[in-house]
Amino acid sequence: MSPNASITMPLLDPLLNDFFWRALLGGLGVALLAGPLGCFVVWRRMAYFGDTLAHSALLGVALGFLFHTNLNLSVAATCVVLALILVLLSRNRALATDTLLGILAHSALAIGLVALSFMPDVRVDLTGYLFGDLLAMTRQDLAWIFGGGLVVLGLLWWLWQGLLMATIHEELARVEGYPVARLQLVLMVIFSLVIAVAMKMVGVLLITALLIIPAATARRLASSPEKMVVMAIGFGMVAVACGLTLSWNLDTPAGPSIVVSAFVTFLLVYTLIRRSRA
Amino acid sequence: MKDRHDQPLVLLEQASIAFDDSPVVDHVSLSVNRGDILTIIGPNGAGKTTLIKAILGIQPLTSGRIHKSPSLQIGYVPQHLQLQPTLPLSVRRFMALTGASETDTRAALERTGIGHLFRKSVHHLSGGEMQRLLLARALVRKPDLLVLDEPAQGVDINGQAALYDLIRAVRDELQCGVIMISHDLHLVMAATDRVICLNQHVCCSGYPADISHDPAFVETFGRPVAESLAVYHHHHTHRHDLHGDVIEGQPDVTQCEHNHAPS
Repeated sequence: MSPNASITMPLLDPLLNDFFWRALLGGLGVALLAGPLGCFVVWRRMAYFGDTLAHSALLGVALGFLFHTNLNLSVAATCVVLALILVLLSRNRALATDTLLGILAHSALAIGLVALSFMPDVRVDLTGYLFGDLLAMTRQDLAWIFGGGLVVLGLLWWLWQGLLMATIHEELARVEGYPVARLQLVLMVIFSLVIAVAMKMVGVLLITALLIIPAATARRLASSPEKMVVMAIGFGMVAVACGLTLSWNLDTPAGPSIVVSAFVTFLLVYTLIRRSRA
Repeated sequence: MKDRHDQPLVLLEQASIAFDDSPVVDHVSLSVNRGDILTIIGPNGAGKTTLIKAILGIQPLTSGRIHKSPSLQIGYVPQHLQLQPTLPLSVRRFMALTGASETDTRAALERTGIGHLFRKSVHHLSGGEMQRLLLARALVRKPDLLVLDEPAQGVDINGQAALYDLIRAVRDELQCGVIMISHDLHLVMAATDRVICLNQHVCCSGYPADISHDPAFVETFGRPVAESLAVYHHHHTHRHDLHGDVIEGQPDVTQCEHNHAPS
């Protein structure tokens, strides 16, 4: 994969020419986003919901090829649409939410796979989309991660109090004047953006793991929501660095190596460190 | 000032709420002024929680009207708050989410008797402590109207009486209106000014002494309940602090019929 020459950065250039450093930089950027979002996934019990959105990302890839649009954009847009459908469907309680999510998660994945098979002229590295292809990270991918990341972190910073209050108790937040429905919508959009930029790195099947494992690890040690976010970012970055090193030295696939590293950190923290009192 | 007291804080006129065409709240009218304590009682599924959600503004009415005094500040104590244990949260941080200063926060916690829990995790509070924390959160917003959904749920019997006493004292201090839902009939009767017995529609309403003789009330709760309320007068022989220990020096400790284990 040749580096995209359209984006140049004088100081970073030597670094960015090396695909390992591009991968590491991209991975650290994704960990920076996965930290806060992962905490919301853990707090709001959205793990299955996140899985469903991530699975639909492949459909977004297919649609992107079909309409010749930017893949990141089409993935984010598909995720937003699916998130809205999920919210609407879960309101009329004909089916239990987990049944609904199970249907949509796997149907979206299957539709994506079938749709891609109808495009013989498009050569798609399916394994890359399913399990990540960190080492094929281009400069454009990096621009997406850090550009999208800036938007996501900015939104989270700006709406933090409201998002937190709506997570703790929805009705209390509404009575106290927070626009809960709009905040939830923003969270869906953030979720979709993060999936779009993280997909390239860990793949649609493993995104949820990168979200929840560092956050769950952080829960063991954190005494406040903000500390938990910072620790989750830290654990995510450690997992990325360890996973990439593992992948580099042992020639293992990058995405799964990162998730395995995160899981080992989780096990170590839960067995070796005493529980926080919060 | 007198004018403000005459204006109702909340006025409901023929309010109805239906879910899928089946009425949950049926033509309910009520008003609450400053200084009032209105208690809503009624069997499960009577629409009590739905009714107060309409008052809180988070449940639209199907028909009827609701008037609130302008810039009405509402303090809400929700029913049975279940906080996600995955979210690390201290009492201090939970209070700070109201936007209140630390001085006000400490004052509100002291007022509800849990000042010593300032730094504690909300996940380690007892049922009674949690209700007092929620009340402190409502108070720190300096409410004109306090809305409580079964405030004494999960609180032991002595704690319940103390909690209702606290709510009454807060009403006296803030001169706010109070609307609460309760199942603790005998305690409610002692603590409240006015009672509405709700079973989708208002079965009966009035003052505690009258209401326990009302035929509609007897119909709803049965004669034994009604009779036990008519003769029940709540009084204390001694007081307990939040840890369940008897507070020394309070009257009539020796008349206790149960044994207090040495601590």
